[in-house]
Amino acid sequence: MARLSTGKPHSISQLTAGTKLTRQAVTKHLRVLERVGIVHGVHRGRESVFRFTPEPIDELKHYLDFVSSQWDQALARLKSFVED
Amino acid sequence: MNDRIEKRIELKAPVSRVWRALTDHREFGEWFRVKLEGPFVPSQVSRGHITYPGYEHLRWEAVVQAMEPERLFSFTWHPYAVDPKVDYSSEPSTLVEFRLEPTATGTLLILTESGFDMIPAHRRLEAFHRNDGGWTEQMKNIETHVAHNP
Repeated sequence: MARLSTGKPHSISQLTAGTKLTRQAVTKHLRVLERVGIVHGVHRGRESVFRFTPEPIDELKHYLDFVSSQWDQALARLKSFVED
Repeated sequence: MNDRIEKRIELKAPVSRVWRALTDHREFGEWFRVKLEGPFVPSQVSRGHITYPGYEHLRWEAVVQAMEPERLFSFTWHPYAVDPKVDYSSEPSTLVEFRLEPTATGTLLILTESGFDMIPAHRRLEAFHRNDGGWTEQMKNIETHVAHNP
């Protein structure tokens, strides 16, 4: 994930290099991330290349921010309620 | 990935007062803006409808989890369960926990809501992109209100 997060596309060989992970393990992991939508794989020549596409994570953050602001308001009302 | 919300708020009121405001269903309803059908009972479903202006058509339903006097009150629910045609009971719920700690000035209330990673993406998007004009308008109002009242 750290290598992918630079935004540049990486092949499986590039992602595996210098780690103890096998191609199989990395591929399996990438497929899971692809299903969730965080990573996008494209065929380029002999190898697939993978790119980090963080929109789904940002959507979760956006949703959490919304719920968070709802709670801010509710707790402000609780504060007024118990302190008055 | 952050999948939980945590809020800490200092309240100038004794722990017992805050506990009552949380666990007495009528008091809870006053500040949360929901009209509940009956008292909170651990492991039982609590039902009602929202009384927040603009959201009065929304049902409220939660399953009470823990009620450890003056320490912990928690329930699970489905955030934004706003479509009357959908049966949300089979979907993952989030856990809301209120923890109370006595302080020199009153009470420290710690709220956490967890389990968001289990909420399906389309359900999260629904909270933002509903075609119901009322939601969008209210959300704009909420955003403005929060920005001006930090």
